[in-house]
Amino acid sequence: MAIEIKDLSYTYSPRTPYAATALRNVDFTIEEGVFLGIIGKTGSGKSTFIQHLNALIKLQSGSIKVMDIDLTAKKPDLKRLRGTVGMVMQYPEYQLFDETVEKDVAFGPKNLSLSEEEIKGRVREAITLVGLDFNEVRDRSPFELSGGQKRRVAIAGVIAMRPKILILDEPTAGLDPQGKKEILSLIRRLKETTSPTVIIISHDMDAVAEECDQVALFSEGKLAAFASPEEIFYNDELLAETEMDVPSVVKIAKELKKRGANIEGRPVKKAELIERIKRWRDE
Amino acid sequence: MNNIVFGQYYPTGSVVHRMDPRIKLLMVILYIVSVFFIQDYVMYGALFLFVIAVALFSKVPIRILFRTVRTIIFLVLVTSVINLFFTQGETLLVHWKFIKIYKEGIERAIKLTLRLILLMLFPSLLTLTTTPMELTDAMESLMSPLKLIKVPVHAIALIMSIALRMIPILMEETNKIMLAQKARGADFDTGGAIKKAKAMIPVLVPLFVGAFRRADELALAMDARCYSSVAKRTKYKVLHIGVKDIVATLFCLAVFSLVFLNKYLWAFDEMILSIFK
Repeated sequence: MAIEIKDLSYTYSPRTPYAATALRNVDFTIEEGVFLGIIGKTGSGKSTFIQHLNALIKLQSGSIKVMDIDLTAKKPDLKRLRGTVGMVMQYPEYQLFDETVEKDVAFGPKNLSLSEEEIKGRVREAITLVGLDFNEVRDRSPFELSGGQKRRVAIAGVIAMRPKILILDEPTAGLDPQGKKEILSLIRRLKETTSPTVIIISHDMDAVAEECDQVALFSEGKLAAFASPEEIFYNDELLAETEMDVPSVVKIAKELKKRGANIEGRPVKKAELIERIKRWRDE
Repeated sequence: MNNIVFGQYYPTGSVVHRMDPRIKLLMVILYIVSVFFIQDYVMYGALFLFVIAVALFSKVPIRILFRTVRTIIFLVLVTSVINLFFTQGETLLVHWKFIKIYKEGIERAIKLTLRLILLMLFPSLLTLTTTPMELTDAMESLMSPLKLIKVPVHAIALIMSIALRMIPILMEETNKIMLAQKARGADFDTGGAIKKAKAMIPVLVPLFVGAFRRADELALAMDARCYSSVAKRTKYKVLHIGVKDIVATLFCLAVFSLVFLNKYLWAFDEMILSIFK
């Protein structure tokens, strides 16, 4: 198991007029090697939740265990935790700061106090992994790159820490369809190479249905559901109650069934749907 | 999420919150002037009670109000210690080596402490019960006579309100960037002053870049809506003085005039002492 969350609750500004409960008794376990999608309306507690996984927010009540690091401990080993859990925030390109791409990407590994040699190797590897030409971009200022490139550099900055668990908050926000595709395939590649467990927050239901093996649905601070994409995206009642959108694949499948097509099972991925349609056509 | 409203605004919807901000601002100015004219301990007590009374009306917890005094505790300590040791007077109380403490010194230190605390409390109550926007509106309105001598009052008010509006945004942004850099292993809490200052570079650079980007976008958006600083415009919230404002003004003026009566006519401290004699 990669992450174990027990009875987690959190309130912002407790005991003031601005007190706002963001999480209520969240309880579930994320297995290793999983591609988890976290969905939910704005303000449902998704971001607060993932910030807990990296100890960016102090635990108020409940417990979290990441691999073998216990976050309820008085002084959890933050350095090791942040090397284990890599977090890519929303619009990560806005966190770039250094003079050159190489230095910026080296920021994370440097904070892990690795050797110079090791850092250099990791930076080169990370920049190459995100699909940029290391020799071309290493000495350029991150501020003169294009939007998509900036985002890649920011992701490289996290990858260079070689996290076993990679968390991305809205990785495709503000990108054009092509950029979206590229970032998603980059994430898939990272899951295969450096970070076997991936968690993404996304409002893009198509991306979640296409990429994730498991989906956690948050609603008003509670974990409304934690199941496979099929189970969640074919549960109309749940989706209506939590005001979630349905992925287009599911919409098409349902529409076809309604019009009498014999579509087997509950397809959520594009390939699955196409395959089912073909099978129905050949019948 | 913590700093939705910049500063210490504490919403309770009380009558003090709903007062005309111009009246509140004027009263605070008069109050500050009065505090400097206080002579007797009795009057310090009276003004203290006055602040507590207003605080009770405002429904802001007294605990929160007194928390603001914490910010000046260092200043209070330093000034009272300096006054204690360096005031020359007639009645020598302590003489030990080179340290001389006079009765006048003690009295001065006490009065200064009381004065500083009083000076902190009431204006804090203003910011606790008035949003920065209301304050800006009040200042614009109070400064409007200056328009006659070509002072760009509206532009000044606009700059102030944009600056105030930007503060929570920048604070939120700082927070976000700090979290992002923390996630990359940045450490803001340990090490000496220089190390801590250096640790802020990865926060400040993106913050500045972001601030310029935002300023640019805002200027474009205002331009796109044909904003002009010379155009005549009306207010969304028109300030007007109601019954509660007049009552409050009279109450405040009564209290403040006590201070001046005390200073120039009646010495309360001596009156009370004479009763006991």
